[in-house]
Amino acid sequence: MIRHTVGMAFVWLGIAFDFLGVLGLLRLPDVYTRLQAATKCVTFGSAGLLFGIFILKGFTSFGFKVLLAIAFIFLTSPIAAHAIARAAHRSRIPLCRESVIDLYEADHELKKEGGDAAA
Amino acid sequence: MRIARWLAGTAVLGALAYLNFFVFRAPLLVKLINVSLFSALFVLYRVIRGPSPADRIIAVDILGVLSIGILALLGLHYDQGFFMDIALIWALLSFVASLAFAKILEGRRLDD
Repeated sequence: MIRHTVGMAFVWLGIAFDFLGVLGLLRLPDVYTRLQAATKCVTFGSAGLLFGIFILKGFTSFGFKVLLAIAFIFLTSPIAAHAIARAAHRSRIPLCRESVIDLYEADHELKKEGGDAAA
Repeated sequence: MRIARWLAGTAVLGALAYLNFFVFRAPLLVKLINVSLFSALFVLYRVIRGPSPADRIIAVDILGVLSIGILALLGLHYDQGFFMDIALIWALLSFVASLAFAKILEGRRLDD
């Protein structure tokens, strides 16, 4: 009974995080901020939901598959998010108007100037 | 104008939540699956009308993660384990597809 309650609480939490992440994906003004909202949807949303299902099912074959899925998501999803953000910044997709500073671009310029000075 | 849009969005979401949780007669897990499916529908809006290609790539990536959650909930509802096999394969293919899209967006070839 306690196990059922805790598992359903994790499932509710996961679905709430999924929904809020998708709302952020719809509402935020920029590629990078949208990516920041969307990765929350991965690490707390779907992983919390799968962890709740693991608590509900226990150590059966279903539960072990769910654990494997959690490990796989935690390993792969940040890599994909990082690659997309780097590709978006390199293909010159602009930031939104309200943004203040772009430290990655400044770092890039500094490195390029240093390379020119060395050459 | 902003306040009107905000109120309209809140009204639509409240109507959907009311219809889902108080009018629709089904077990609780089916209602939760409905919430996830509506989230997937909102993500599809971003896929169709994303201003830049990176928006569409992010939306497709998140759609893969959401569908893993939906498949796990379906497996819990029908009490059958093979849904998680489909979810694992889906996660693998979604990861490879995201990396390939990112490489194409960056302007490099796939075998680079």
